[in-house]
Amino acid sequence: MTLGLHLPGDSVIHRLPVGWKIGCLLLASTGLFLVSDPAWLALALAGVAILVIVARIPPSVMARQMAPALVILAILVAVQAIFASGREALELGLRFGALLPLACLVTFTSRVSDMIEFIERITAPLARIGFDPAAVALALTLAIRFIPVLFQLMTEIRDAQRARGLERSPLAFFAPLLIRTLKMAHEVSEAIEARGDPAPPDGPAGRSRANRK
Amino acid sequence: MIELRDVSHAFDGRMILHDVHLRLDQRRIGVVGANGSGKSTFARLLNGLLVPTQGRVLVDGLDTRTDGKAVRRAVGFVFQNPDSQIVFPIVSEDLAFGLKPLRLPRAELDARIDAALRRYGMERYRDHPCHHLSGGEKQLLALSSVLIMEPRHVILDEPTTLLDLRNRNRVVEALGDLPQRIIVVSHDLDLFRDFDRVIVFDGGRIVADDDPAPALAHYVSLMS
Ligand SMILES: Nc1ncnc2c1ncn2[C@@H]1O[C@H](COP(=O)(O)OP(=O)(O)OP(=O)(O)O)[C@@H](O)[C@H]1O
Ligand SMILES: [Mg+2]
Repeated sequence: MTLGLHLPGDSVIHRLPVGWKIGCLLLASTGLFLVSDPAWLALALAGVAILVIVARIPPSVMARQMAPALVILAILVAVQAIFASGREALELGLRFGALLPLACLVTFTSRVSDMIEFIERITAPLARIGFDPAAVALALTLAIRFIPVLFQLMTEIRDAQRARGLERSPLAFFAPLLIRTLKMAHEVSEAIEARGDPAPPDGPAGRSRANRK
Repeated sequence: MIELRDVSHAFDGRMILHDVHLRLDQRRIGVVGANGSGKSTFARLLNGLLVPTQGRVLVDGLDTRTDGKAVRRAVGFVFQNPDSQIVFPIVSEDLAFGLKPLRLPRAELDARIDAALRRYGMERYRDHPCHHLSGGEKQLLALSSVLIMEPRHVILDEPTTLLDLRNRNRVVEALGDLPQRIIVVSHDLDLFRDFDRVIVFDGGRIVADDDPAPALAHYVSLMS
């Protein structure tokens, strides 16, 4: 399975600092909600298409990444068309049709570590109220990193259950999934600790974890 | 040097390691023993992932009980499953992870990452997603991410168990070239042939501690 979180490249968009990209994404999405003229929205959509070309993201990769969201969008547009009006459906379709690829573009052209660093930087002031930016950033990183691993685990377990003729048993699927996920979580936390644990530097949390069990 | 002074360890009141008293000063040390004989527990004591319930573990004079952070900086640890050790989605990001607190300038950080990739001929994977690497490459990445921190000792707990023969050989070859002290736990006895010392565990006790040939012979007779 390929999970296109980041596509290495050296286009102008790749080289733009992450903060700028996220800032532009926020501005653009606000803008898209303030505008309701389909002509302007269509123009925005065209602009996004140009950005995708500039970033040299293959259309097939883009399509694969957006497919699930596009299905939902199609349903929403249909619902709007039936219960509201054709014009509102068009507006909705164009608005999200521009926003979705723009958001994908930001993730495709940004390295996860840069995004994490950005999140850490903007949340740094919250440290005063007991919020640990490094720990939160690490948690986010791990969530992203382990999506493909979890998918692989699920496939493995499903195949094993199928081999034993248990494909209809949710227990036979979720019990091993839970156990293996917990085991992996334990291994990962141990590995992070062994690698120097940059999240909580000297706090009591680090200590107590070393002494646990 | 790593030194264990009258170390015992219990989990929930159950004794797992009994009275281990050792000085580990050879360059390449192997650890063997049956499943559940306490090898992983022993390995985890060496870098302070576990603190012994009795006795002291000293790494270059630092006590794992009181200097946990410094000890972990001196002792790298490679686990069996590389999937659990790789933290970041992209190869170069994972290599950079441990270096982050050092706040190195960008150029130096990149230079260190490049050097680490070159060591095992993985330059072309710099910007690859980690989950696309083969098992052996993942383990080499895990090892590289440990080595980039420049530890003085490296512990490896069954580093080749999940690998096929070719990948196993790559990792073994990589281990042979390391200048650090390495302590390897494994069921792969071949790996220890040219080691300086092999320690055999049985039921939480050391039952042999010798050159590879006699120690492995003892282990084989124990298992039959
Ligand atoms: N966190 C823990 N809590 C309780 N008991 C544990 C824990 N870790 C290990 N043990 C127990 O300690 C004993 C020794 O385990 P250890 O993992 O050190 O063995 P090992 O020699 O590494 O075995 P293997 O060859 O299977 O890896 C086992 O009986 C195990 O069940
Ligand atoms: Mg073990």
